[in-house]
Amino acid sequence: MRQHEAIVLESRIESVDQAEAAAEDVANRAGFDEVERHRIAMAVREITVNAVMHGNAYDTRKKVTIEFCIQPDELVVCVKDEGNGFDMTEVPDPLAPENLLRQSGRGIFLARAFMDEVELQPSAQGTRVRLTKHLPGGDSSGEGRHPE
Amino acid sequence: MMNVICRRVDSVVVVDLGGRIILGEGSTLLRDTIRELLDQNETRILLNLAEVTYIDSSGLGELVSGFSAVRARGGELKLLHLTRKVHDLLQITKLYTVFDVQEDEAKAIASFD
Repeated sequence: MRQHEAIVLESRIESVDQAEAAAEDVANRAGFDEVERHRIAMAVREITVNAVMHGNAYDTRKKVTIEFCIQPDELVVCVKDEGNGFDMTEVPDPLAPENLLRQSGRGIFLARAFMDEVELQPSAQGTRVRLTKHLPGGDSSGEGRHPE
Repeated sequence: MMNVICRRVDSVVVVDLGGRIILGEGSTLLRDTIRELLDQNETRILLNLAEVTYIDSSGLGELVSGFSAVRARGGELKLLHLTRKVHDLLQITKLYTVFDVQEDEAKAIASFD
């Protein structure tokens, strides 16, 4: 089974709800349970918030593109903005005691907590974030594998 | 969509929240509610999250911001009745160590004294 689809969203707050709903739907079709669907949808939502707010800075001329790909053993979601790139070093650790009471800075952390892999690919043409979640019952996590 | 009902129990204002505390309307409503309570010198605030179905990072930020604002006024902001999802979110982000989280409203009210 391999399914691929993409949506293109405007750079506005309402788009994050669309991203979340689309992620929930795709995760459902991929066979994830309610808890994991919630986590995947939240991860996609948080990354889309970053794309709209920090990447495209609400610029109506810029879009956010989200690609969903259900592969045999994993769900891959790519969120791409058209901003100026994203410097990971600017994001402080939200778990550090001195940062616990910061109002912002938890989005990427939550995505990392809820997905199996989060890869940030900043460039001059925008930031692409690749989110991966192993499918339930899949063997890509190594579980169930036996040594040769 | 989020809804808010404030009610007084003894010296505490219990804020019953419902729906989604998320970027935009939800987190703005929470911010405005806490600000209005502080403007009325209400510094003992119990947020009842029993009917809150979803909180995103923006909503978490508003909870933290409200906590700090109330504390800066010498008051206390506590949380009541976390759903499983919200409980997990607070644990993952270590905010469970920041907030006083209560399970029983009467005991929560008494804990302010």
